[in-house]
Amino acid sequence: MKRFLYVLLIVLSVPLSCKKLEPAAPEDHETLDGPVEGLSDEQRAMFLKGDIAFNNDVFTKETGLGPLFVSTSCGSCHAGDGKGHPFTTLTRFGQINEQGNLFLHAGGPQLQNRAIPGHQPETIPAAATFSKFTPPANTGLGFLDAVSDADILAMADPNDGDGDGISGVTNWVSLKNYITLREGSIDNAGKYIGRFGKKGAAYNLLQQTAGAYNQDMGIVSTYEPYDTYSGEEIDPEVSNQTVQHVVFYLKTLKAPVPRNTGDANTIAGKGLFTQINCNKCHVAELKTSASSIAALSYQTFAPYTDLLLHDMGNALDDGYTEGSAKTYEWKTPPLWGLGLAKISQGGSYYLLHDGRARSIEEAILLHGGEGAHARDKYKALSKEEKQQLIIFLESL
Amino acid sequence: MRKIFFVLLCLLIAKTTTAQIDNTLFRRKPLDSTGMLLNMDAVYNRPFLSVGKLPVALGGYVEANYQHLGTDGITEGHQFQMRRFTLFVASSISRKIKFLSEIEFEDGTKEINIEFAALDIEFHPLFNVRGGVIMNPIGAFNQNHDGPKWEFVDRPVSATQMLPATWSNVGFGIYGKQFQKDWVLAYEAYLTNGFNDKIIDNSEGKTFLPAAKENRERFEESFNGVPLVTAKGAIRHKRIAEVGLSYMGGVYNKFQDDGLELDKRRRVDVFAVDVNSTLPRLRTFINAEWAWVYVDVPATYTQQYASRQRGGFADIVQPLYTGNIFGFNKSVINAAFRFEYVDYNVGRFNETGDNISDHYYAIVPAISWRPSPQTVLRFNYRYSWKSDLLGNPLSKTAGIQVGFSSYF
Repeated sequence: MKRFLYVLLIVLSVPLSCKKLEPAAPEDHETLDGPVEGLSDEQRAMFLKGDIAFNNDVFTKETGLGPLFVSTSCGSCHAGDGKGHPFTTLTRFGQINEQGNLFLHAGGPQLQNRAIPGHQPETIPAAATFSKFTPPANTGLGFLDAVSDADILAMADPNDGDGDGISGVTNWVSLKNYITLREGSIDNAGKYIGRFGKKGAAYNLLQQTAGAYNQDMGIVSTYEPYDTYSGEEIDPEVSNQTVQHVVFYLKTLKAPVPRNTGDANTIAGKGLFTQINCNKCHVAELKTSASSIAALSYQTFAPYTDLLLHDMGNALDDGYTEGSAKTYEWKTPPLWGLGLAKISQGGSYYLLHDGRARSIEEAILLHGGEGAHARDKYKALSKEEKQQLIIFLESL
Repeated sequence: MRKIFFVLLCLLIAKTTTAQIDNTLFRRKPLDSTGMLLNMDAVYNRPFLSVGKLPVALGGYVEANYQHLGTDGITEGHQFQMRRFTLFVASSISRKIKFLSEIEFEDGTKEINIEFAALDIEFHPLFNVRGGVIMNPIGAFNQNHDGPKWEFVDRPVSATQMLPATWSNVGFGIYGKQFQKDWVLAYEAYLTNGFNDKIIDNSEGKTFLPAAKENRERFEESFNGVPLVTAKGAIRHKRIAEVGLSYMGGVYNKFQDDGLELDKRRRVDVFAVDVNSTLPRLRTFINAEWAWVYVDVPATYTQQYASRQRGGFADIVQPLYTGNIFGFNKSVINAAFRFEYVDYNVGRFNETGDNISDHYYAIVPAISWRPSPQTVLRFNYRYSWKSDLLGNPLSKTAGIQVGFSSYF
């Protein structure tokens, strides 16, 4: 009887001790995924559906993959919702100015460099210029989406009116027919401000998402109904509902949570960031306007971008562009989450638009054009100050 | 009135029938303990139950468990699982012809599979013919997978998630054995239907041999008309160990259809080595298996689908106590430990030259209680680590698994 009671006690204690024997969740500031605070139950359920479609759905031949493609799922390009890796870096080609892409007939603008067995992937036409795009992090996109056009235009200085050597222009893009204008959109001769993508050529996250399904995975939707291989309009391979769930997921992914904010070096680095004028383009704080998602409305957030295009100099001019951007212009990438880039890039940094910079310092030193002034100021810092600046950037 | 009479008659017959059952007529064929059996013998080395002089023997096993696992702080909570329920039917058609079938119900009735249904004809101990649904003898686990034989709730990941155990196909082959004092030498060779292109085109997003099982037509039609070759050689010394070397290979893609050439022939080749031994005196049982998978993946496809995989497991089982527990006078308490590892993608990225990660490893300390040789109650603690393709921080899963598995 006594032995039986001992066994019973052990058996009953198992469920009670389960959680203690399992791995703990990482701290919120250690990861990029997870929803913004303040979502309703219904919104969290939609977030979850988008999360599954984004991270778990792997396309196959049967479900519509390709036949030409770059990747088989959304999540494989944005591991942990962070920055991507050269393995899934995109190549776009064929456009040298705002007149449009000259190589659409040859598979432009995006190279589908992989193909299902029995098909041959695309190659870049000999005469076409191209640029490689490392997948960006997905975090906090809903906040960027909710910034008003007016606020973005207020940061632009196309003619460098203040004489600081930094202009900042918007990429005016034509809208796809399935796009619904967000409130407060500013019309410029039928074109609107693009704010997503390396060149700012996508108006909103629906365009970005439907385009990625189509161009990255060869998945046709009612939004992007043309097969990238045949050029023919074919039956949708992903439902509008799934695309919308993914858009909602991207909109409601939390903003990266800064780390070590009280550290003396971080604080000193933050001061240096402003002192050497990095903040002229990497604007620390922005505000959202009204959003259909209450948790995103009228929020102040810290993305470290102005969502504008800047001349980055010859070294970063690949001779390829999109929309009205020049080939040497790149949209200021948000710096939030920079310190967590390594946890989605396989333990290494692959920074700048094509991942060519293998460290934060290298990325800074590759700044040219409008960024040259800040770069030179960085060079003039002492070794300790440079270190403090990088510690600050890694805290974002 | 006629209906009432009919029902009463049925009840009377049923009662009479029941009364005729004599328990002494049931004979249980015990598990072999000569120490000369090999993994290839596992299919017949089961505790069958036969009735009187009927040439048919029945058997089966069942396994169920409770588990509470968590991955990086997220858990599915308390889970009760009916992993599998398997029925065997064996029949001696004549002295040298026998038939055995194994039907398995996995995860309730989510999967119902004929795992084995083959006719064996013995011409000579060195030359037997087997045909039907056979279990391809790659590694040891695929042949010797009955739950009650193992101290662990989960099957080895390398055997089920890299190799496709349990992996059965329709085909024919030969096998034989040669005994020489304390030695036994054996071989098996089969031609069967084989893999299909799901192994590099599946929702797992990786080269995944078990995805071939999604093709339900493989029991009636070969995917490409090229047979899968499986061959194994094994040697055992009664007091030392059994060592097996096995190979399985064939074409997995549809290289032609309706007379038209669609692609080159693309092969999948698997090599495996398995070892098991019981140390004298300590009675420590060691069982290990390692396998290498090679797949001809088109260069223009994605490196997400590996052209090479490797992995295996090692189990150590140490009896701690033998005696009477709760009236089960042949009880054995074992301590056991499993280490398992799979590299789902051996290679380097074309773009960076860096190592492709995508690997998995786990440790499983366990305690088991065998109240009888046919029944095992298991308590496992599993801790596993999994990396993504890029080698980002490992995802960790751990938790407790408690369950039983028993022949019946």
